[in-house]
Amino acid sequence: MPVNPAAPGAAATPEPASSARHSIELTVNGTRRRMEVAPWTTLLDLLREEMDLTGTKKGCDHGQCGACTVLVDGQRINSCLALAVTKDGAEIVTIEGLAAGDGTLHPLQEAFIEHDAFQCGYCTPGQICSAVGLLKEGRAKSADEIRELMSGNLCRCGAYPNIVAAIEQAMRQEGAAR
Amino acid sequence: MIRFTYSRPGAVAEAVQAVRAEPGAKFIAGGTNLVDLMKYDVERPRRLVDVGALPGLGAIEEVAGGLRIGALVTNSALAYDPRVEQRYPLLSRALLSGASPQLRNAATTGGNLLQRTRCYYFYDTGTPCNKREPGSGCPAINGVNRIHAILGTSEHCIATHPSDMCVALAALEATVEVTGPGGDRSIAFADFHRLPGDQPQIDTTLGADEIITAVQLPPKGFATNYTYLKLRDRHSYAFALVSVAAALEMEGNTIKEARLALGGVAHKPWRDPAAEALLRGRPATRDSFAEAAALILKDARGYGDNSFKIELARRAIVRALSQAAAGTPQPIADKRIA
Repeated sequence: MPVNPAAPGAAATPEPASSARHSIELTVNGTRRRMEVAPWTTLLDLLREEMDLTGTKKGCDHGQCGACTVLVDGQRINSCLALAVTKDGAEIVTIEGLAAGDGTLHPLQEAFIEHDAFQCGYCTPGQICSAVGLLKEGRAKSADEIRELMSGNLCRCGAYPNIVAAIEQAMRQEGAAR
Repeated sequence: MIRFTYSRPGAVAEAVQAVRAEPGAKFIAGGTNLVDLMKYDVERPRRLVDVGALPGLGAIEEVAGGLRIGALVTNSALAYDPRVEQRYPLLSRALLSGASPQLRNAATTGGNLLQRTRCYYFYDTGTPCNKREPGSGCPAINGVNRIHAILGTSEHCIATHPSDMCVALAALEATVEVTGPGGDRSIAFADFHRLPGDQPQIDTTLGADEIITAVQLPPKGFATNYTYLKLRDRHSYAFALVSVAAALEMEGNTIKEARLALGGVAHKPWRDPAAEALLRGRPATRDSFAEAAALILKDARGYGDNSFKIELARRAIVRALSQAAAGTPQPIADKRIA
């Protein structure tokens, strides 16, 4: 089957008995939730289709574009290649969970706006979540290193120079805050 | 994606038993390759046995002067481990030149060893492929084969192994620790991946009911004179057209010990003991490096689109050995080749 998500009933094989579903617990953007998931549901589809968290985007659905990047236990991963059932007990942060409770944007969100670091915006949630992971990892020190360590996020509009500038700004702010 | 059942055993022996008990059952850990292949219908497991949280496989430990890397250590955790960075920088560089940060955060050491080829025909279920459907034929041999192998091919398959990590592990002479119903055993890295021959559907010598538990690094890490040079179609996040892991032990300008492994050119990381023997005792000059390159590539064969790889590999080997001898490894973020 090609790239489409596993919508119930859409596949050639019949939907198995409900006993095939597994109960998992996830903390998503600070809220703990217990859910029943089919083993073939990816974390991306769970977030988008069952939790209405549509900020996380489905681009290629094959781990090649980075639009689906979320943070799992603090680390950036491709949610399209993660089966939700394998993430039982994990803490997930998506683009919807980055701003503070009072609506104050995350410094990276501010920086992306300030630097006009997007055009169509489709890759942006993945870019920002990936950049949050990058800052947390603390490995990038230069623009070259930002480019290298953001290579898992494609932008078809070609906003790369402004994306790098936005991340550099957030990195400087973070450095100054330490 | 196809429907399948799922279980998450609590111990290695239980996991092995679960896969053994059900034909079509497969282990899943990071899932970055398996889930992708399942979306393309290339892999169709009946059951996934989740080994991603098994206890005892997630640590890097000191063993006999070397390191024992648990099979579940992620590619990023391994690349950034200070012991690996300092003592086995070749491995760290190879890891960081592969995939993307997101994938490296999920992909595991054991899974990296078992990742499958990126041959277009293997991925396309609308075409024949001897690796996917034994006996159906190999359209790559006379087809679009720019990314394919130039060494160790067979009339049945010209696919390459896509890993960078494995090229470094081959050069470092790591061993793979596995366990199964027959007990534990160690496999020398050179014996772990196989050539396609007339059974290209079998990538490795790991038994169907065996599981990788660890990779062991010997004490010698070649931390002074090494490089991992990876040449590809874009600067980052692409598979190697040709990659070279070079590791030398120098005495002045004389090569005391040499390791040379190639990626992107064969069904397994490619080494040739004769080419390494040739370098031993020789001065570190371009002539020595060119001779070694000619030797390791003497049986190389192009298939049309990929014929450029022979000359590319020759130049990459000379470049990599020069970098290694000079102690100037190719930087990850600086893409200029110096």
